[in-house]
Amino acid sequence: MFLRMIGRALFRQKGKMLMIAFTIALGASLATAMLNVMMDVGDKVNQELKTYGANITVVPKQASVLNEIYGLDESEESGAYLKENELGKIKTIFWAFNIVDFAPFIDTHIDLESGSSARLVGTWFNHHMELPTGEKLNAGVTNLRSWWEITDGRWIDEQAGDKKAAMVGAAVAQRENIKAGDSIKVKTEHGSETLVVTGVFDAGGDEDENIYAPIDVVQRLSDTDGLLTSIEVSALTTPDNDLARKAAKDPKSLGAADYETWYCTAYVSSICYQIQEVITNSVAAPVRQVAESEGAILEKTQLLMILITLLSLLGSALGISNLVTASVMERSSEIGLLKAVGAHDGAISALVLTEIILTAIIGGLVGYFAGFGFAQIIGHTVFGSSIEMKPIVIPIVALLVIAVTLAGSIPAIRMLLRLRPAEVLHGR
Amino acid sequence: MSLLELKNISKIYGDLKALDDVSFKVEKGDWVAIMGPSGSGKSTMMNIVGCMDKPSLGQVLLDGADISKESDKSLTNIRRDKIGLIFQQFHLVNYLTAVENVMVSQYYHSMPDEKEALAALERVGLKDRAKHLPSQLSGGEQQRVCIARALINYPEIVLADEPTGNLDEANENIVIDIFKQLHREGTTLIVVTHDPEVAEVAQRTLVLEHGRLAKEIVNPNFKD
Repeated sequence: MFLRMIGRALFRQKGKMLMIAFTIALGASLATAMLNVMMDVGDKVNQELKTYGANITVVPKQASVLNEIYGLDESEESGAYLKENELGKIKTIFWAFNIVDFAPFIDTHIDLESGSSARLVGTWFNHHMELPTGEKLNAGVTNLRSWWEITDGRWIDEQAGDKKAAMVGAAVAQRENIKAGDSIKVKTEHGSETLVVTGVFDAGGDEDENIYAPIDVVQRLSDTDGLLTSIEVSALTTPDNDLARKAAKDPKSLGAADYETWYCTAYVSSICYQIQEVITNSVAAPVRQVAESEGAILEKTQLLMILITLLSLLGSALGISNLVTASVMERSSEIGLLKAVGAHDGAISALVLTEIILTAIIGGLVGYFAGFGFAQIIGHTVFGSSIEMKPIVIPIVALLVIAVTLAGSIPAIRMLLRLRPAEVLHGR
Repeated sequence: MSLLELKNISKIYGDLKALDDVSFKVEKGDWVAIMGPSGSGKSTMMNIVGCMDKPSLGQVLLDGADISKESDKSLTNIRRDKIGLIFQQFHLVNYLTAVENVMVSQYYHSMPDEKEALAALERVGLKDRAKHLPSQLSGGEQQRVCIARALINYPEIVLADEPTGNLDEANENIVIDIFKQLHREGTTLIVVTHDPEVAEVAQRTLVLEHGRLAKEIVNPNFKD
């Protein structure tokens, strides 16, 4: 009888119930879209920010100490180096899959034919590596410095056989009148080399004063075979929290459980710590500005989405409240009659709430799928890629829909409880 | 012990005394009409006797038990178990068929039984209209569905509020005939009406004026 009454009541009020379902669908769709985007946005924003460069630098421990004490940031002057043959180990740490890219650096002062001097930086461009794990990867500045504007020529392509090649910064190129295709002779106390300029780049900063060449060229010219002055790493990270900040100061200050949580979370400090574990005699430190801006942007984006979700759900609750209250008012004589024939408040509330919740489930289902569609539109419009469907969103949206429906029904249920059969049946 | 006894009942709304010190008894199997002009307190009386309201003063004894101070929940249980209500406006659930309207009363009392509900409709001559919605029934038919609903749980008292108020003469006679039949079967009937013709067929008539019981008339021509 209960189900028969529910079915008939829903069918009879189909216009109003469709409005309630539509209101719930709107709220659910926004909540679904925002939650899916919010849960995916961390990776998306991180990936966006990774296009603006590395967020971790690794330097020799001795250079780091000199830098802290004297403000020196050149390993050359400290005489300390990292080992190139350890680079592959970066991709073996716990958070290996979060390491998006990395590049080693070594630099030296050179003299040009014109008599002027410049800094020659050796690095990887698109270096192909095969790790002991069998993983193959390309690493280097071609991706790590994706914002460089190539004003003339092209990037150095190591895989196409560019060995004695150079990329010249815009400032040097202008001063020395160097163009793509030119050959330049560079000289150090350890020897000289003629390099073919593949391209001229405009980085918009100090790097425009440098010349970049494959790392083995610079190692030969500076007599530092197999050695590096620094490594830049681009990693996907989780925004810092109190635990991460505490650990960044001293991981040993953490208890066992906190240490495990920190170590197994992709905080920038945790990834730095793990890099130090695999690179001998190194200090890995976050590029604070980038790391902090990542966290701040992510937190603000997520806060905005939470606010939109809450406001949409509040709007839905208000809409439901009006519609359900109007429905109860319309049905006051029916409700009075049910009370008159012996129905208790609980039984009638259950009847009305079941009708509303069934309607909410239909609205919620429609809203979920619509919301997933909205999420894809947001993903493609804002991030240029699809948003991954997060299964956890389903129970969250289901709970939110039920909670909003019940909250929106409270005024109607209170009105229902106050209805006295004598008043609605006899006007007294 | 009377089935129903009202002792010095008053109902006061602010400065208005809707009922003023009313007392009477109804024995099991009685057919009592309560008459009076508009504003005389008939509906208030109906609400108190029907356990839909409580008196401000006095006692209502049902089967010897004072129910005047009972909670709303207890009054709901008493209404469900002991009283069958018939309304002038019928108050049928408009999205349920005739038989389902009868079954609603069973559902909240014990357990719905469609066969029994159909038998109740047959008793009021409506078995062939069982699957019709209220909107497909005439006023007289709707009132008979209302009567079937009131009778389905075998109440101790059937309380009818202006049961013929919205009916034409033919349907009024049908309803009165059903009441006569119920009385013959031993059902206790209390009919609130302003229609002298309806009151005349009752055993006795209580006349209310300005909230007071003005007189009690025993119908000399009463016959089953």
